[in-house]
Amino acid sequence: MSHWIILPIVLPAFLAPFIVLAARFHVSIQRAISVAGLLALIVLGIGLSWQVSDGTVLLYQLGDWAAPFGIVVVGDRLSIFMVLLTAVLAFFVLLYAIGSGWDARGWHFHALFQFQLMGIMGAFLTGDLFNLFVFFEVLLIASYGLMIHAGGTVRLRAGVQYVLFNLLGSTLFLFALGSIYAETGTLNMADLAQRVQLIDASETVGIRVAAVLLLMVFAIKAALVPLHFWLPSSYAEAPAPVAALFAIMTKVGAYAIIRVYTLIFPPELEATLGLHGTWLLPAALVSLALGMVGVLAAKSLDRLVAFSVIGSMGMVMVAIALFTPEGITAALYYIVHSTLAAGALFLISDLVRHGRQNLALTAQAPVGGMAMTAAFFFVAAIAMAGLPPLSGFVGKLLILDAAFDTPQVVWIWAVVLGSSLVSVVGFARAGSVIFWKSHSVKVQDHAPIAPSALSYVATGGLVVLLVAHTVFAGPVTRYTNSIATSLFEPGAYVSTVLDTPGKLSEGKDDDAAYAQDDEEH
Amino acid sequence: MEFLVASAIGIMTAAGLYLVLRLRTFPVIIGISLLTYAVNVFLFASGRLTFGAPPILRDDVLAYADPLPQALVLTAIVISFGMTAVVVMIALGAFLGGDTDVVDDPADPVEGDAS
Repeated sequence: MSHWIILPIVLPAFLAPFIVLAARFHVSIQRAISVAGLLALIVLGIGLSWQVSDGTVLLYQLGDWAAPFGIVVVGDRLSIFMVLLTAVLAFFVLLYAIGSGWDARGWHFHALFQFQLMGIMGAFLTGDLFNLFVFFEVLLIASYGLMIHAGGTVRLRAGVQYVLFNLLGSTLFLFALGSIYAETGTLNMADLAQRVQLIDASETVGIRVAAVLLLMVFAIKAALVPLHFWLPSSYAEAPAPVAALFAIMTKVGAYAIIRVYTLIFPPELEATLGLHGTWLLPAALVSLALGMVGVLAAKSLDRLVAFSVIGSMGMVMVAIALFTPEGITAALYYIVHSTLAAGALFLISDLVRHGRQNLALTAQAPVGGMAMTAAFFFVAAIAMAGLPPLSGFVGKLLILDAAFDTPQVVWIWAVVLGSSLVSVVGFARAGSVIFWKSHSVKVQDHAPIAPSALSYVATGGLVVLLVAHTVFAGPVTRYTNSIATSLFEPGAYVSTVLDTPGKLSEGKDDDAAYAQDDEEH
Repeated sequence: MEFLVASAIGIMTAAGLYLVLRLRTFPVIIGISLLTYAVNVFLFASGRLTFGAPPILRDDVLAYADPLPQALVLTAIVISFGMTAVVVMIALGAFLGGDTDVVDDPADPVEGDAS
C-alpha cells in the first residue's frame, strides 16, 4: 500500500497549523512555506498521475481497516486529474495573492488557503460519502474565512449570504446521507454501487428520494440554476485571489455529480431512471443561458465574471447530463478550460481595479499597466466566450459533437450557440468600455500605479496554460477519454476498494483480529 | 416512539424553514439551528429505532443498536455547532458595519466598498 496518495490531504493539513503557530507574525515566511507546499503538491499530482495513467486505482486504508468498515482514500484517474488541476490553479492564485499584497491585508490568509486546499483535495480523493460531507465542510469553513478576508461591510454581508446558503446545503446533504444509510446500510461509494443494484424494484422510494436530494446538494455546489443564488454576490465581493481559487469549488460539485452518478446511480439504473436526462439537462441548459445573459446584463466587471462562471458551469453540466463517454470526455476537457479561464478573469478584474474607483462598467481614466491587462483580458475573454482559436471553442465543439446523436440535439445546439453569441457581445461591451473608452476620459494628474510584476506573471501563467490547453487539446482529450471510459466500467474501482484485504476483511486476517480482540477482553 | 420521532423531525424542519424564510439574520440563524437539530434526529433514526439495546457486540445479546449513525450524528453536531458560531460572528460583523440585519442584498447595491 503506497502512502503517497494521502499526502495531498495531509500536507496542507500540517502546513496550515504550522503557519499559524510558527510563522504567525512573519508574512515572508508564510509565503515561502505556502509556495513550497504548493510546489510539492504539484509534483505529487504529477507523480500520482503518472502512477494511475495506466488505469491502476490507488487505495489507502486508514488504520488498515478493510473497505466497507474502514475509511478509504481512493485515487483513480479522475480524482488525480482534479487534484493536479487544483494544485496548478492554486499555485498561480497564490503567486498573485503574494504579488498583489492581498495576503497581507488581513490575518491568516495562508493558513486558510492551505485548509481550503486540504478540503478540496480530500473531497476529490475520498471513497466514502460521509467523508465527502466532512471534506465539504472543511473546504467551506476555510472558504468562509477567505471570503471575508480583509473585511468591509459589503463583503461581510455577501459572506453572511454565502455561509447561510451553504449551511442549508450541508443540512440537505445530511438528510440525503441519512436516507441513503437507512436504505442501504453503508456509505462507502464502492459498496453502495453494489448494494443499490440489489434494491427491489418495488421498494425504491427511499433511494429515489436520496438520489434526488444528493443531486440537489451537488447542484448547489456547482451553482446550477435554480440553486445558483449564492454565487454572484459572494464571488464578486470576495477578494480577487480567493474568487479565482473558488473557480475550482464549483468543479467540486461537478466532480461529485460525475462520481456519484456514474458509480452509484448509473444512468441505466432503473430506480433513478430519468433523473439525468429529465431533470439535470434542462437545469443545465437554463444555467448556461442565464449565466450568459447575466454576462450581458452585469453592471460591473466582477459580477460579469461571476455570471460567466455560472454560464460555463452550465456548459459543463450540459456535457455531464448526457452521461455518455463522449459527454464526460468533453465535460472534463471543459472543466479544465473553465477553471483556468475563470481564475484568470477574476485575477484580471483585480488588475483592472488598479487606478479605478470601482469595477463598474463605465468610462473611467485608464488603469495602471493598461496594455498588458487589456491583452490578458482579450485572450481570457475569447477563451471564456468560446471563440476560436482558444480552448473554449475546442471544448464547445466537443460538447456539440457529443450531443449530436441525442434526441435533445436541437435544444442543446440552440442554447449553446445562442448563449455563446450573447456572451461574446457581453465581453466585447465590457472590454471596449473599460479599455477603449477610458482614452476619452481626461487623464489624472498623477499616473496610476501599475500592478507588480509578480501579479502579471501569475495572471500570465494562467493565460499561457489556457493556450497550452488549446495546443495540446489532442493528448488532453485522449486522456480525458480514457478517464470517461473507465468511469463507465467501474469494475476496477469497486473491486480494488472492496477486495483489498485489511483488518476485519474475510479470510485469515479475520480470525487473527478476533483472537487479539478476545485477549484484550 | 416512531410517531414521536417522526413528528419531532417534521415540526423542527417546518419551524426551521419558516424562520429561515424570514430573511433577518437572527431568525435565520435560529432556523438553521432548528434544521440541524432535525437532521441530527433524522440521522439518528436512519439506523432504525431500537430501545435499550447495546451498540457493542456481546456474546449473549440478540438485539443491537446501530452504532454508525451515532458516530455520524456526533460528527454532524460538532460541525454544525462550529458553523453556527462562525455565522454568528460574520453576521454580527455585517450588522455592526452595515447597521442592518437584512440578509438580502439592498435594492440598489452599494458599489466600490470592497477594496
